[in-house]
Parts: sequence; C-alpha cells; structure tokens
Amino acid sequence: MGVSRRDFLKLSGGTVLIGTLGVNLDPAKVYAQELRIKNAKQSTTICPYCSVGCGIIVYTENGKVIQTEGDPDHPISEGTLCAKGSSLVQMANNDTRLGKPMYREPGGTAWKEVEWDWALDRIARLVKDSRDKSFKTVEKGFVVNRTEGIAHIGSAAMDNEECYLMQKLVRSWGLVWVEHQARI
Amino acid sequence: MTNHWIDLKNADVILAMGGNPASNHPVSMKWIMRAKAKGAKLISVDPRFTQTSAKADLYAPLRSGTDIAFLGGMINYILENNLYFREYVVNYTNAAFLVNQDFRGPADLDGLYSGYNEAQRKYDKTTWSFQRDENGVALKDPTLEDPNCVFQLLKKQYARYTPETVSNITGTPLDKLQAVYELYGSTGKPDRVGTECYAMGWTQHTVGTQNIRAMAIIQLLLGNMGMPGGGVNALRGESNVQGSTDHGILFHILPGYNPVPNASLVDLATYIEKTTPKATEPGSVNWWSNRNKYITSYLKAIYGDAATAMNDFGYGWMPKLDVGQNCSWLNLFDNMLAGKFEGFFAWGQNPACSGANSNKTRTALSKLKWMVNVNLYDNETGSFWRGPGMNPADVQTEVFMLPCASSVEKEGSISNSGRWAQWRYKAVEPVGQSLPDADIINELYFRVKQLYQKEGGAYPDPVVNLFWDYGERDSAGKVKHVDIHAVAKHINGYYTQDVYDTSVEPPKLIGKKGDLVKSFGLLRADGSTSSGNWLYCNSYIQVDGKPVNMMARRGKTDATGLGLYPEWSWSWPVNRRVIYNRASVDLQGQPWDPKRPLLAWDATGKKWVGDVVDGGPPPMGQSGKLPFIMKPDGVASIFGPGLAEGPFPEHYEALECPLEENSMSSQRINPTIKIFGGDSDAFYSCDLRYPFVASTYRVTEHWQTGVMTRHCSWLLEMQPQNFCEISIELAKELGINNGDTVVVTSGRGEVQAIAMVSERFQPFKIANSTVHQVGLTWHFGWQFPEDGSGFDSANLLTPNVGDANTMIPESKAFMVNVRKA
Repeated sequence: MGVSRRDFLKLSGGTVLIGTLGVNLDPAKVYAQELRIKNAKQSTTICPYCSVGCGIIVYTENGKVIQTEGDPDHPISEGTLCAKGSSLVQMANNDTRLGKPMYREPGGTAWKEVEWDWALDRIARLVKDSRDKSFKTVEKGFVVNRTEGIAHIGSAAMDNEECYLMQKLVRSWGLVWVEHQARI
Repeated sequence: MTNHWIDLKNADVILAMGGNPASNHPVSMKWIMRAKAKGAKLISVDPRFTQTSAKADLYAPLRSGTDIAFLGGMINYILENNLYFREYVVNYTNAAFLVNQDFRGPADLDGLYSGYNEAQRKYDKTTWSFQRDENGVALKDPTLEDPNCVFQLLKKQYARYTPETVSNITGTPLDKLQAVYELYGSTGKPDRVGTECYAMGWTQHTVGTQNIRAMAIIQLLLGNMGMPGGGVNALRGESNVQGSTDHGILFHILPGYNPVPNASLVDLATYIEKTTPKATEPGSVNWWSNRNKYITSYLKAIYGDAATAMNDFGYGWMPKLDVGQNCSWLNLFDNMLAGKFEGFFAWGQNPACSGANSNKTRTALSKLKWMVNVNLYDNETGSFWRGPGMNPADVQTEVFMLPCASSVEKEGSISNSGRWAQWRYKAVEPVGQSLPDADIINELYFRVKQLYQKEGGAYPDPVVNLFWDYGERDSAGKVKHVDIHAVAKHINGYYTQDVYDTSVEPPKLIGKKGDLVKSFGLLRADGSTSSGNWLYCNSYIQVDGKPVNMMARRGKTDATGLGLYPEWSWSWPVNRRVIYNRASVDLQGQPWDPKRPLLAWDATGKKWVGDVVDGGPPPMGQSGKLPFIMKPDGVASIFGPGLAEGPFPEHYEALECPLEENSMSSQRINPTIKIFGGDSDAFYSCDLRYPFVASTYRVTEHWQTGVMTRHCSWLLEMQPQNFCEISIELAKELGINNGDTVVVTSGRGEVQAIAMVSERFQPFKIANSTVHQVGLTWHFGWQFPEDGSGFDSANLLTPNVGDANTMIPESKAFMVNVRKA
C-alpha cells in the first residue's frame, strides 16, 4: 500500500522517539523494536475515533495484530497520533470484546449466548411482525407507506458503504424514525 | 468543514470558539501550530481555559450560551469600523438585496421578527423576503445605502450589540472582547484570512444553528469564505459522522442531501417540482436544478431493474413523512417513552449515555417489546434492563446484543471532517464470531425478505424489489458476504444502458451499459444512470476500462503548496478540497491573495488551474456566473430566511439559565424551540436549587460515551472516572476540596464525579452579580468499569430541549447544583 518500511523505521525508530524522549535510544532497543515487527504484514487504516482521519499502520503476524503505529506517509497526521489513536492495538486485542451474539429474554435476569442463525431469524421475525402490525398505507388521504412501530439509530461508527446499505435497508422496511449520532 | 484539516496552516488568524481542538482533535493542532510558526495568531474563546487556550495568543472567557451576543458584537465592530471586504460583500453576498418593506427585526419588535405566532411558537416568514422585479429578480442597491437593503438591516440589528451590552451578557472582560474583535476583524483585507473551528460547543444549544450563522455572516463580511485558510469549519466528532450524514441516516435526508419525501409529494414529478429551487437571478448556476438527475439515479440504485419509468422508478415504494413531521432524536425517544414503538435498533450507538436526559432515554427503552444493540462491547444501552433503578424481572423487553467487527477487521471507506473519503483495509479476521456491520445488515435483509416471499404481509413491494447484488450468492440466493467494493461502485453509480450524445451526428457513445459513471455531471434523469449517492459519484471510476478506487489513492503531490494533496484519497464533491472556492478569486478569476493561489483562471488556456473549481463556467467578470452555485440567488446569504427563528441571529438565553432577563430584549429564550411538557422533561431557570451553569465536554483520552475507550486499559488508566471541574472560588464557597467525590444534580437527575478544583474556570461577572460555571465529562457509564468506579453518564443531567432547526440537544448550557458526596 505504498508505505515504505524503510522510511517508516527511519522516522519511527529514530527521529520521532529521540525527538520526543530527548534521549538517544540504545541501538539494541531499536534492533529489538525492529525484530518485533520484522516478519509482520502491514496494512493501512484510518483512526476510528475523531474525524481528523489520521493514518495508522497495522502490523499483523499469524492473524493477530501485534502493533499499531502512526503512518508517516499520511499527509494530515504525518505519523503522529493522539492517545486514543495510539491505543488502537487495544481495540483489536481486547478480552472484553463481544465474541458471540447474546440474548436476554423478557423479564430475564442474565445474558445468554445464542447462535447467529437463531438470533437473526428471531430478529427477522420480530421485524416482520412489528412491521405488519404497524404499517400505515394512507394517512389523511395521502399514501405514506411507512412502518410506524420500529425506530432505528446508527451509526457514524460504520464505513460509508455500510451506512449506505443501512439506510437502504431500513427505508425498504418503511422506517421513518431513522436517526444517528449526527443529531446529538 | 468547508475547508480541510491541513488548510488550517494557511490562516492568519484562527478562532477556536465552540470547539477545543487541542483536546478533542489533537492532531489538527499540528496545523494550527504550523500556522502560528508562520506568524498566525490563535484565539480561544471558551467558558473554560482549555488545552487550546493554553496554546492561544489570546484567550477570552464567555458564559456558556452567549456566543451570539459575543459574535453579534463582532459584527457590530466590523461594520462600525469599516473592516469588511467591500468588493466581496457587494458581489458575492446578498448584502445589496432589498428586503420586503414590511420586514421588521428585533430592534423594532423587542427581540422578535415580523410574523411571529406565539401560540404556535412559529413564524410566518412572508415578510422575510426580497423585493423583486416583474421577472422575479431581486432589487439591489450596490451602494449598500438603501435603508431596506440587507447590509443596512444588519447594521441596525447589531448596533444594539455594543461592547458594554455584550460584556454584561457574556461576562467577557471588555478589554478581551475588544482585543478579539480587533484581531479577528483584521482579516477583512484581501491578503489576510481568518478561519473558525467549532464543534459541539456551538451546536449543542437551543440557538446552535444561529451560532454558526453568526460566524458565517462574519466570514462573509470579511471575505473569508471560499478562501484557503478560511471558511467555517465544523470539527466533527466521529470518524465517519460526515459520511453517515452524507449517506442519509437521518429522518429528513436521503443520501446526498436530497430531502426525504413527504406525503404531499405524491409522485416523482411532484417531488422534483416542489423540491427543486427556482433561480431568477440571471447569473445563478443553481446547482440543485439537477435534483431530478440525482433522485432518479438514487431510485435506480435502490431498486435496480425494478425501477422503471412506467412505475415512477419505485418512488411510491419510499416511506413518506407527514408534512412537517419531525422524527428527530428527542422526538423519537419521547415517542418511545409513550410506547409508540415495538422495536428498536441501537446500532453502533449507546443512547443510554449519549442522548440528553439519560433517565428519560433509559426508561423509554423499557417500553419496547424488542431491541437490537450492535456493538463491539456490552454497554449501558444493551444492558439497560440491568442498569441502576431497573428491576430486570419487570422489564419485558426482548434484547439482542450482536457483536460487530472493529475497523481493522473489515474494509471500506470513511469520510473525515474535511470530506476526504479514505480507504481502510482489513488487517485481521473479526474477533470471535463477530461480523462486519455490512454482513449483519445483509443477513437481516435476506431473512426479512425471505419471510415476505414465503408468507406475504404488509406491502412487500419495497422489501422484495430492493436491489442487492453485492456479492457471490449461496444456493438459497443469499449474498454470502458483502463485497464492499461492489457497494462502493454502486454508490458511485453505473450506466444502466448505453448512453449516447445525440446532439452530434452520428450520436457519440458517452457511457456503455455497466460502465462506472465518471462524475455527477453525467448523471441523468431518465433512468439510464444509477448512483446511490450523487455526491460520491467520481469516488470509484473507470480508467482505461479498469475500475479505480479513488478513495484508496496515496499520491503526495501538492502543486499549489497549500496542502490540497489532490491525489491523496478522494474528497467530495468531485475531489474539490475547498468548497465555495469560486469566492477565493476576484471577478476576473485571479486569487484575492496571490500568495494563496487556491484557484486561478488561465486566460490563455481558458481554464481554471488549482483546486477543482466550484462549477465550471469562466470567471464572473466574463461569464456573469455567480460564485455560490448551491444557492438559488447565486450569492451567499447574509440575510438567511431559511431558519426558524430569524434571518439574522439574535441573542436569546438558554432554556435553563441563571438570569431572569435577557438584556437584549423581553424574549428570554429562543421563541421557536419546542418545549416538551412531560413529567420527565423538567427544566428550571433562576431556581435556587440549581444555581450554577454547567456544560459537558470531552478529554483526549476518551471518546463520546466511552464504549470504545473505557475498555482500553491504557486510556482508562489515564482518565479513570468522571470529574467535575469547579473554580477555586466556588469550591471554597461549597467547602469542596480537590479530589472530593461530589454529587451533581439537575432537574433531570444526578451523577457522581470527582471534584477537580482549578483556576481554569473563573467566576463570571454578569450585570453586577457573580455567575459560576462548572463542567463535566460525559465519557462514563455504570456498565464498565464493572466496579462502578467511573461513575455514570453526565447526560443524566442534560435537558432534552433542542435547537429550533436541528433539534440537537442543549448539552452545553444547563443549570445544576453541586454538593459533597
């Protein structure tokens, strides 16, 4: 993806660290730093937090993210990141991430893990039932073709392509109560 | 943003007001500091001395909710001292337009405009109009002297905003006020440019939209709109809130800012007729006259081959709002509380902490029959049924918590605040069984459709006719996994049939069926093109027959030296980096400031060079074409009759405020806001129980409700819990020490926090009395950390009252009390 590993090391392993720490790094440490990502694959991403759109390089090995760092080639961020962007590796590797769909039945006191197929079928059924029940074809003499009993919010955390699919789907179901983060 | 992040380096003066970029958009400070290194001055105007203030050349405090008074005073200063950019104002704005002679403003009507209906809290805007000749062309006085011209009306309204009056409202010391006015007013010269950076500090008020209007007026008077280093720049809060808004996940807009149809727009022809602005000015480009092409291409993208001219391209399948129906956030939760919804999707959002008046939101969730929450982590919304004050056995809501993939576990684009759509790549597989949002959406699409195909039901047509050709299918016909590139191309748009230019003989092929459309200028209204979002047409194109993802580009050329980087990713519209850029040149097309050559007309080559020009025609002096191509009048609106509360901004106090009276007029609060009257909608002004102004804000280490940061141990360690910032004076009065646990209460609820006693807040002197302000972060919630050590959300305190235009809640100015826990 056009990221020069040599340029990256030159900047990150040398200039930036020396500059910010104010000390000359022990060459052995630089070597160790290099070793850790030596066999890693790189890909680029954009920070998922604020809207500056800083570039981040993601290093992966054996299907696991082992390091994330500012992308020195990125014209806006030039390799720098704030505290949140610098912590991206902790989002990729996090024990508290949800790994399975969870369900709470009406009146239930705890979550239980469920299978995707079951959850998706159940939600589809609920969508259809609530839609069929609350669908309004005509209001005050005008055709409105809308579902009044379901509301949707979200999400600015999705990619553009997902946002497009989201609005397409919920409007095909007839939803008009459609909102997200931009309103708050 | 009208401009973009790197462009901040091109400014001479940067006004950070309504935003705190050093804390909340930290990397943007790089570009502000780079401007400073070249001699630029940074002004910070904020109720609190922030991290941005610490880097500012000039800091001025103001009481939360008084920005219009502050900016109104600046308008007055600019006009009184003739600091405006006359040539720009006369030619590029509606300052010279003559307004209806029956129009009256706050100077005549004690804070109101003509046409107010108190019972409806609404204006009849008939008089908010221009005098026009028999052809509908607005009458103008280029000398700006006619007492009914916009310029003179502006002058009349803001003559009341004297420094003394303003200072009495805002609490800003007079010398600071004067210093800010003088410094920012210095950018009215062609070779001086000022920019403004705002965020939720301006939007989250009952006068939010008018805060921004006030700044837009200042920028137009000073000739800073369209300029490199200029503009009015919204520093948006979320990585893709620009893109999610562009793609219409809001009740009132479809992708590309086409309005959502209402019931009176009975067919596509009526929709186009009624929503397309009519231009009467001879020089107006009136870009929205292309509405028919954009909406028809959208319908073709939504319904594919099922959309034909015979069936109105499926327009009838679209859900319609009632005329005037407002389905925005605060109304949504009000209706949910009233039991109007059975089902609810909270997708990638945590409304139990993010919306104003969280207690109301949380109670509303318990009225649902079913709810689906999609997130990376469990959160206060998904687990609302086991939250504070809830008895799970009593909550009859069926709840699903679906795990989604994080940003490094899928690919796709996001659009930053500067409108750059940048591509992200998949680095690893999603954690556990979590799925990309696109795949969850795909599964639900298919399963609901299948039910309708098998069982029938209410009006299945829009469900079963949806175009969804987004990847390889399994034997049942389901798309196995969404091919994101297929969606991105679909958003850009295709030719749905061979299209010829029939004006030449023989007809020349413009686009072949199945080819990607190169830009929105080529979209058509006859169904021969599709485009999911016309604004993104040009983001995924075809070069020599091969698809090129413009959003993935990493070219680093910067020919103008202004940091446009036109080959890095892709910017809407059509890769234009600064919008309204035709206003950066004079009538002959030469840059107002030759040192900042964003755009210039090459008279020899007869073409524009620099940024992608806003609309194609030659300079105004040659073509007569006016620069603000999205405005039907072709010029920018200093007089803007589109908003609810008036064509100019007028100062009103927040719904909850510490003052009995608005010293500008008898209208204490915005006369057009909606006031909810339910039991959970309490508000209190000048009430001894809630004597202090409060505001919510963010810190660098956390993000929004904290769901995506509280779970990162490094970040939680740095900012472990909610805090309430209190001035040294107030802390002394209340007997509170730094580090004490305090309880903050409002008319809606209470929340605990750690007291942070600091001189960053200073008491305000307002009309001979002292007003204290406190501030709280809103990043925390009861669900995580699980021991409750972070405390709960500050939105338990905020009022559910919204801006009169946007309905964005007033989270930046409300009244509280503070006591030791």
